[in-house]
Amino acid sequence: MRYERQIKLNEVGSSGQARLHKASVLIVGVGGLGCPAAQYLTGAGVGKIGLMDHDKVSITNLHRQVLYTESDIGKPKALVAVNKLRQLNSEVQLIPIEESLNIENAKLWFSQFDLIIDGTDNFETKYLINDACILTGKPWIYASIYKNEGQISVFNYRNGPTYRCLFPSPTRENISCEATGVLGVTPGILGTMQAAEALKVLLDIGNVLSGKLKLINILSGTEQTLTIKAKPGEIELIKVNGIQPVRVNCEIGDKKRIYLDVREEFELPTVVSENVIHIPLGKLEERFEEIPNEQEVLVFCQSGSRSLKAIDLLKENFGFHNLKNVEGGIETIING
Amino acid sequence: MIAEAAGKNEETLEISEGMSVSDLKDQQIKKYQIPDPESVQLAVNQDLESSVELNEGDEVAFLPPFAGG
Repeated sequence: MRYERQIKLNEVGSSGQARLHKASVLIVGVGGLGCPAAQYLTGAGVGKIGLMDHDKVSITNLHRQVLYTESDIGKPKALVAVNKLRQLNSEVQLIPIEESLNIENAKLWFSQFDLIIDGTDNFETKYLINDACILTGKPWIYASIYKNEGQISVFNYRNGPTYRCLFPSPTRENISCEATGVLGVTPGILGTMQAAEALKVLLDIGNVLSGKLKLINILSGTEQTLTIKAKPGEIELIKVNGIQPVRVNCEIGDKKRIYLDVREEFELPTVVSENVIHIPLGKLEERFEEIPNEQEVLVFCQSGSRSLKAIDLLKENFGFHNLKNVEGGIETIING
Repeated sequence: MIAEAAGKNEETLEISEGMSVSDLKDQQIKKYQIPDPESVQLAVNQDLESSVELNEGDEVAFLPPFAGG
């Protein structure tokens, strides 16, 4: 009954529905793109959906991440999303993953799913998804937004091109870390299209957007589809050498202040700036002397909780009284 | 992004005999001081290809990488 209206389609049928039930999708980043993708794939009855996000719901998310509501503010996105989606479809196995994707965990998570949806908002993670998909043999559905424009493509699908075939040279620019502004509908449309591509791949129907990059401009109402060719050398390089981390430096909101970054080295996005000191939480006891103890130091991590621990430790053991926690972690810093 | 740097969405250009896509790219990057040129990709008549020679009437699109979501 539940899936009657999609089973009616010749392309789906009951065999297609059974196929979806056996399928699994990992959504990396449950934000503007990931929320609509998760909602439609849950509705469609994909058997297992992993929802990966280390972030918490904030009030500035709500204009575009309409899965969340005001009472969710401050709660982990992965957990909130699972609870909401379970109410939509209790037949789907929903797995909350409260982690950020990194070089250590990417291959392990990817190997447990049939395809990956990119709901991320930074270059480092997009290249990381790309490389981990090449190494685990998984297709992935890419999308990106800049203001009123969106791009979407399916990468690493049946020996098709990958993200590195489209953009072989990672950008060295300190751009797009600053929030540029976006209408809520833009990621809504692109995320929904990602769900559509995922269904096409899982059901093996229609023309999958592999070898093609679709560009959509919401304001001008125009779209273009460009042809992308596979660059076997780019793919081979990853197969031989493994994940090649890409680092794009983010601008820090305020250059006059001193920051202490207590994250591990592999955590993204990387912040390299003269006014930032990097000491992972576990190394503070041996390296505390590198931290200035007179002027105010703003301490941050990924989400704002490890930095609190760091402040406690430095206060109690080494008498620091000039430390202030950055609530909301790295996002607060780069978005100012 | 590039349209913002150039202050326009499109432009019709005279091309010299034997000009390639990468020649055109170099010329426009210089003209509009487009940042981070290495990462910018060009599509000729909807095909992402950078080595071909240009012909009259070709449409060239400049594609910068972006990552928002």
